[in-house]
Amino acid sequence: MYAQPDTTGHFGRFGGRFMPEALIAPLDELDHAWTDAKADPTFMAELDRMLREYANVPSPLYEAHRFSEAAGARILLKREDLNHTGAHKIRNVIGQALLAKRIGKPRAIAETGAGQHGVASATACAYLDLECVVYMGELDTQRQALNVARMRMLGAEVVPVTTGSRTLKDAINEALRDWVASVDTTSYLFGTAAGPHPFPSMVRDLTRGIGDEARAQVLELTGSLPDAAVACVGGGSNAIGLFTAFIDDADVRLVGIEAGGDGVETGRHAATITGGDVGVLHGARSFLLQDEDGQTIESHSISAGLDYPGVGPEHSFLADTGRASYVPATDAEAMSAFDLLCKTEGIIPAIESAHALAGALELAKELGPDSTILVNLSGRGDKDVHTAAEYFGLIDEPVVLEQGVEE
Amino acid sequence: MTAIDELFARTRAEGRAALVGYLPAGFPSKELSIKAIEAMVEGGVDLVEVGLPYSDPVMDGPTIQAAAEQALRAGSRTTDVIDVVRASAATGAPTVVMTYWNPVERFGVNRFAEALAGAGGAGLITPDLIPDEAAEWVAASEQFGLDRIFLVAPSSTDERLAMTADAASGFIYATAVMGVTGAREQTSALGPELVARLRKVTDKPVGVGLGVSNGDQAREVAEFADAVIVGSALVRCLLDAEDESAGLEAIRRLAQDLRAGVERN
Ligand SMILES: Cc1ncc(COP(=O)(O)O)c(C=O)c1O
Repeated sequence: MYAQPDTTGHFGRFGGRFMPEALIAPLDELDHAWTDAKADPTFMAELDRMLREYANVPSPLYEAHRFSEAAGARILLKREDLNHTGAHKIRNVIGQALLAKRIGKPRAIAETGAGQHGVASATACAYLDLECVVYMGELDTQRQALNVARMRMLGAEVVPVTTGSRTLKDAINEALRDWVASVDTTSYLFGTAAGPHPFPSMVRDLTRGIGDEARAQVLELTGSLPDAAVACVGGGSNAIGLFTAFIDDADVRLVGIEAGGDGVETGRHAATITGGDVGVLHGARSFLLQDEDGQTIESHSISAGLDYPGVGPEHSFLADTGRASYVPATDAEAMSAFDLLCKTEGIIPAIESAHALAGALELAKELGPDSTILVNLSGRGDKDVHTAAEYFGLIDEPVVLEQGVEE
Repeated sequence: MTAIDELFARTRAEGRAALVGYLPAGFPSKELSIKAIEAMVEGGVDLVEVGLPYSDPVMDGPTIQAAAEQALRAGSRTTDVIDVVRASAATGAPTVVMTYWNPVERFGVNRFAEALAGAGGAGLITPDLIPDEAAEWVAASEQFGLDRIFLVAPSSTDERLAMTADAASGFIYATAVMGVTGAREQTSALGPELVARLRKVTDKPVGVGLGVSNGDQAREVAEFADAVIVGSALVRCLLDAEDESAGLEAIRRLAQDLRAGVERN
């Protein structure tokens, strides 16, 4: 039986804690608090109830007939896009926010890239009556202005981060700086299965419902396990959430799809495992995009949620042991799969999730028409309508009337 | 005895605290960073911390972030840091590198230790490497005779203070506030308490940093610490200066002021 990490948060040579000493005792406290909460039936029942009543979990499994036909394999979609706030992220955040309540810390901070984790955090904090501060790279606040408004509407304070590349990695840096100074009263709601121990395993525990539910749903629908389970990988929370249930099922292939951007060979991508090297970033040893001197390199992807130069340590471990494989899908491949799902199923996926769909289309060619492929549809695409419309050229030129000219 | 052990033997005999000054390599340029280090040693700094500019400095406030960003934009490389160490060690002041862990791991832990020792460097300060994760660095530091300066914080448990003090050599770096680097109006009340807790578990010298920016604050900290560590205030001198010579002069004067403070008179 697969049992990772060890008691100090190592997945083989990956993971651990590369953090200022000031945060070690707080991380230990968090680790103990989560271990206790997990073993407390009252807490877990409360979390279950909230996910069910509030977040619309469990999400359905949906057989995508017309998409399957186009793909040439039986494609089953785990509909995380139907969760409250439109993505898998709510599972993680409700869990961490409820833990914050249990510990008794009234203030929560979070980082966000596209704004999805920020919106989920603002939502959970409104729901559970916590003060919420979200750090977001200044560049991302401009690219995702609507999500900034959404967070503010929900009562959160959004702090634009102006240092470094002014994107997600800098937002994490700034949230960590806040946390060092505020840890007595503040919980850090971390947005993905990365960071220092215990975040990678705690976030996995909170998202693993995706795979646990899907495994039972696929068995019920088809009578057997899928041939492959496919998810996109940014930091890795939706992918580890899907994979965990299947790790001991040796016949189920686990495939993580990384953001290939313009193509890994161009250097403009976010395919951390495919195109990066082992190093230390944001508290853990894992694969990352770095230059010869170990300076972090900026990532590139059409999908803001996958645009991160690091990845969670458990994925590095699963790649290293060969239990899971990680392959890139380019911007163009993801957008083509995005278009196909829209047109065949009437579902607009998040561009992140479209990467998983693109991976499934490739895999279908290899596995053939008798195969069943489970795909995590991690989120809905409402937030991406503007990006996709620009990409496909769907926005008509605005009509400019000259002054004094009657229409 | 390492160069750092000798320094603390001397400052203890003189009845004063040692003055530790931090400046990032390559800021504002490699040449100027060397001149700035020479100026602070002339002004009275006993031990030099050469900062290795890093893209993701989570322990640093705006001042040091700005300097690191400028150094990286100007093209500062790990090998440049080693050159700056060589020049700094040539002043006679023991010189250590302060660095986040990834650049060392990327360079190769053994290769970095060898290059640092070869340049006359005395050790490493590692703000995001705790002893729990440091097996490879402990082995390399022993092989090349380098000191391992680990950090402790007000939040450290007594157990972790003892474990960290045990793993450290040269001195122990006590961060006096819960927060990032940066000059502060007042020194922290947490400093004396943290050092008192450390004294119960170790005889090793204790340096106190985070927030010290002038001679008066240095004097306060020197009352209870073996070394007073100053960073952002020195970096500010260069950031704020109108020209090169004004910056160097400001650094020299600040170092003199701080030195008078650590003399405890
Ligand atoms: C819908 C969706 N899927 C996937 C991701 C990527 O994150 P992770 O790899 O942690 O699942 C995001 C992140 O914003 C997202 O919004």
